[in-house]
Amino acid sequence: MTFDVASQRSRADEEKVLDALRSIGGDISGIGPSDVPPAQVWDERKLAYRLVSPLNRRTFTVIVVGTGLAGAGCAAALGELGYDVSAFTFHDAPRRAHSVAAQGGINAARGRKIDNDSLARFVKDTVKGGDFRGREADAWRLGEESVRVIDHLDALGAPFAREYGGQLATRSFGGVQVSRTYYTRGQTGQQLQVASSQALLRQVAAGRVTLHTRSEMLDLIVVDGRAQGIVVRDLVTGAITAHTAHAVVLATGGYGNVFFKSTLAKNSNATAAFRAHRRGAYFANPAFIQFHPTALPMSGPWQSKTILMSESLRNDGRIWVPVRAGDTRPPDQIPQDERDYYLERRYPAYGNLAPRDVASRAARTEIVAGRGVGPLRNSVYLDFHDAVARLGAKTIAERYGNLFEMYEDATGENPYEVPMRIAPGAHFAMGGLWSDYDMMTSIPGLFVGGEAGWGYHGANRLGANSLLSACVDGWFTLPYSVPDYLAGLLGSPRLAADDAAALAAVDEVRTTIQALVDIGGTQGPDRFHRRLGELLYDVCGVSRSGQQLTAGIRGIQELRREFTADLRVQGDGESLNQELERAGRVADYLDLAELMCIDALDRDESCGAHFRVEHQTPDGEASRDDEHWMFASAWERTPAGGYVRHQEPLSYVSVPLATRSYK
Amino acid sequence: MKLTLRIWRQASTDSEGAFADYELDEVTPEFSLLEALDKLNDDLVARGRDPIVFDSDCREGICGSCGIAVDGVPHGPKPNTPSCRQHLRSFQDGQTVVLEPFRARSYPVVRDLAVDRSGLDRIITAGGFVSVDAGTAADADAHQFAHQRAEWALDMAACIGCGACVAACPNASVSLFTGAKLLHLATVPTTGQERARRAADMVEASEKEFGPCSVYGECVAVCPAGIPLTAIAGVNRERLRSVRRGRNRDD
Repeated sequence: MTFDVASQRSRADEEKVLDALRSIGGDISGIGPSDVPPAQVWDERKLAYRLVSPLNRRTFTVIVVGTGLAGAGCAAALGELGYDVSAFTFHDAPRRAHSVAAQGGINAARGRKIDNDSLARFVKDTVKGGDFRGREADAWRLGEESVRVIDHLDALGAPFAREYGGQLATRSFGGVQVSRTYYTRGQTGQQLQVASSQALLRQVAAGRVTLHTRSEMLDLIVVDGRAQGIVVRDLVTGAITAHTAHAVVLATGGYGNVFFKSTLAKNSNATAAFRAHRRGAYFANPAFIQFHPTALPMSGPWQSKTILMSESLRNDGRIWVPVRAGDTRPPDQIPQDERDYYLERRYPAYGNLAPRDVASRAARTEIVAGRGVGPLRNSVYLDFHDAVARLGAKTIAERYGNLFEMYEDATGENPYEVPMRIAPGAHFAMGGLWSDYDMMTSIPGLFVGGEAGWGYHGANRLGANSLLSACVDGWFTLPYSVPDYLAGLLGSPRLAADDAAALAAVDEVRTTIQALVDIGGTQGPDRFHRRLGELLYDVCGVSRSGQQLTAGIRGIQELRREFTADLRVQGDGESLNQELERAGRVADYLDLAELMCIDALDRDESCGAHFRVEHQTPDGEASRDDEHWMFASAWERTPAGGYVRHQEPLSYVSVPLATRSYK
Repeated sequence: MKLTLRIWRQASTDSEGAFADYELDEVTPEFSLLEALDKLNDDLVARGRDPIVFDSDCREGICGSCGIAVDGVPHGPKPNTPSCRQHLRSFQDGQTVVLEPFRARSYPVVRDLAVDRSGLDRIITAGGFVSVDAGTAADADAHQFAHQRAEWALDMAACIGCGACVAACPNASVSLFTGAKLLHLATVPTTGQERARRAADMVEASEKEFGPCSVYGECVAVCPAGIPLTAIAGVNRERLRSVRRGRNRDD
C-alpha cells in the first residue's frame, strides 16, 4: 500500500532524466550456478576452490590496499600462508585505519546464551535488517565465520569484556532481540584494529609482508583484462610509482565522507575504490548509505564532523523530544507527560533499539516537525537519567565512560546530568564495489573486502556487523578465495614494474595531478567538498524524492564545472601536500555523488536506508517493491562518463520475504 | 574570540624551520584546536599561501594521528586529552599560542607540525604481537579471564599510539608506550607463551631509538589514554623477568 498517485506522473519525468544519464545492461550473477541451499554454499565453494601448494605460494605477489580490519587481516593471513604480500596505507601507521573508531562491538553467532540465538537467527536478523537487498548466502558465511573471529581476536590479545565468572560478556544492539555483541568497553574497533595491525607487523617482521606507509593508491593497473598492480603516490616525496602483483585486494573503507560531515575520519575517502570503478569495476548500490541515529548534531560551520556516539548507548539511554513543537524549556523542566519517547511509542517491541535506518528516520521526522532540541533545534535527547537512577553512575561509567567523556569534551555538557543531544549523521556505506560471492569484482584479479565492498548488509547494516564483516572478509574469506584465483596463474610471472602498461598508468596519474594543479583557480578543495556535502545531505540524505534528486544531479554537475574551472591547489606535487591529496579525492567525490543520486533516482522504491518519500506506508514506513526491484544495481562507468546499470537478481530461500516490522 | 598562533613552519625534514605568526579571527570557544587550524588553512589557501601541514584523522581521540605541542605541552593545555579534543575554551581572548611539532630526536619533522613516529611501530614489529596464525585459536569461551583482569588489560591496551609520551619526556623515553604493550600482553591469558622473548626484544628496540627512562612521569600527565605510571614499572619488571628466565626460554 503506497501513496503513489502523485508520483505516477513524476516518474515519467524521472525516467526522462534517467534516460539521458544511464542505460540498462543485463543480469549478472554473483554466485553462479549452485543448487545447494544458501546455508551450504560456503562449504560447497571452499571444497571447489583450487589450492596453491605451500612451496608455490611465495611465487605469488598480492597487493593489499588499506590496513583496517579487512586489509590488515587479509595481508597478515596471506602472509601467514606464505604468499608475498605488499600492504599499502596512506596513514603513517597501520593501526590508524578508521576501523579503530568503531565503538560498540562485534556480533558473533556463537549462540552460547539461552536467549535463543543461533546461526539461523543471525542470518535472519542480518537479511531482514538489510531489508532484503543483500545476498543471503553471504550472510550465512558471515555468521558461520563469526564464531572463530572472536576466538582469533581473543587469542591475538583483544581484551574482550568478561563476566565475573570469566566468560565472554555480550550485549544487545539495534535491530536484534538477543545479546550477541562482543565488546571491549566503548573501544571495540580500537582493540580489534590494534590486535590486527600487530598481527600484520608480525608478518612484516617475518619478511612476508612489505608495508608501505604514507602511500596512497591513485590508480589500478589493468592489463589483459586482469588487475595486475596499482599506481601509488608517496605522500611525503610526491613520487609516483607502479607496483605490480598477481592480484590486488582493495580494503579501503567506505565513502561516507562524500557528505563532508560524517562520522568518518577526515582522511577516509573513496578514491582507491572509485579509481578502480573508473577502470571497469562495477559499483553496487551507491545510494545505500546509513545515517547513524546517534551522531553529534552540527553546532557551527567549522565543526569538522558529526562525531559518532555508539549505538550501544541506546541500551540504557532513552530517546525523547518535547511533545509540543518549539518547546524551548531546558530538558529538566519538561515534565514526563510532556515528553514523547517516540521510539518506545512507535516501536514498542524494539523501543530505543530499533534499527538505525528506522531510528534515524524517526528522529528526522521529529526534527522536521519542529520538535528538535538544542540551540539549532536540530537534535533529539538521549537521556540517561533513568539508567543512572536504576544502575548507578559507576555501572554507567564502566559501560560508556569514554563515550561520556568524549561527549563532554565536544559539547561542554555532562551527560550524567544533562541529556545528550544526538542527530542522524552520514555513517556507513552499504554500497561499494560490486563483487561476486568470492569477493572478486568485475575485473578479474581485483578483490574487495570490508566496507569498500557490498553484499552482507543490503540496504541497511545492523550495528556491530561492520567490524564483523571486515574481520570475516580479511581473516576468513579472502585467504580462501584469492588463492583459488592465483592457482590459475601458476607459472605466470608477475607483470614487470617497467612494463609499458604500468608506465603508461603512472604517466596518466601524473597528468591528472598536474591538470588539477594547473587549474589555478581561487577556491581550495575543501570549499567544494563542503558545498557538495551540504547539497547531498539535502537531496540524497535520510529521505529522498525524485524531484530533489533530479535537482541534485543538476547541482552536482554545476559544482563539478565550477571545480574544474576554479580549483586552487596550493603548493606542488613534489612534497607533502594535503591540499593536493584532498583535491584528487574531491574530484572523485563529485562523480561518486552524481552516481549516488542517479542510483537513488533510478531505484523507484524505498528499502532500508534508501527512503523515497514517494514510497511509504500510511504510517511512514519504507515500502519495498520486491516485484520490480529485488536486485542489486551494479553500475558500470563507460569511457565517456555515462553509466550502465546491470542487475544481480536476489532471492531469499532461508529467510522468507517479509515486511520489516519492529513494532 | 581572537588568537595569535605562532606556528612552526618547516618545508621538509632536511630544511631549516622557523616560527611564523598568524592572526586567527572569528573563532569561538567551542572550536577544537584542529578546527581552528582548519579555519586558518582555509584563510591561507584563499590568500594563496601554503596551509599548515598537520596530521589528524578520526577527530575523536582514538586513532592517535594528531599530535601538536601547544605552548610546549604535547597535545595541549587540557591534561590527558589529544590535540583533536583540545578546545579554544582553554585559551584567553587575544592570547598568543605557540604550536610546534612533537619534539624528540626519534621524531624527525616531516613537514610543519607533522612528524615521523614510525619508531613506535618498529618496537611493535620487534615483538609486540602474538604468534597465533588465523584459524588456529582455541575457543575463547574455553578459558576464563577474570572480569577485573580483563578490565586491567584493557586499561593497558587503551594506548592510542600517538607518541605524546616520548615528546613529553625530557629524555625522549618511550617507556610508557612499551610498558603498556608489555603489560597488556602479559595480562591476557592467551598471550603469555612468548612473554620473555617479547620483553627482551621490545625493550631492546625501545632503547635503540629512544632515550632512557628516569621516571620523571611527564608522560603520564599528557597520555590521552590515561596509561598510569605502573606501565613504566612494567618495563623493568618484564625485562628483569626475561633476564632471569632467559630470553629464549619459552614461558
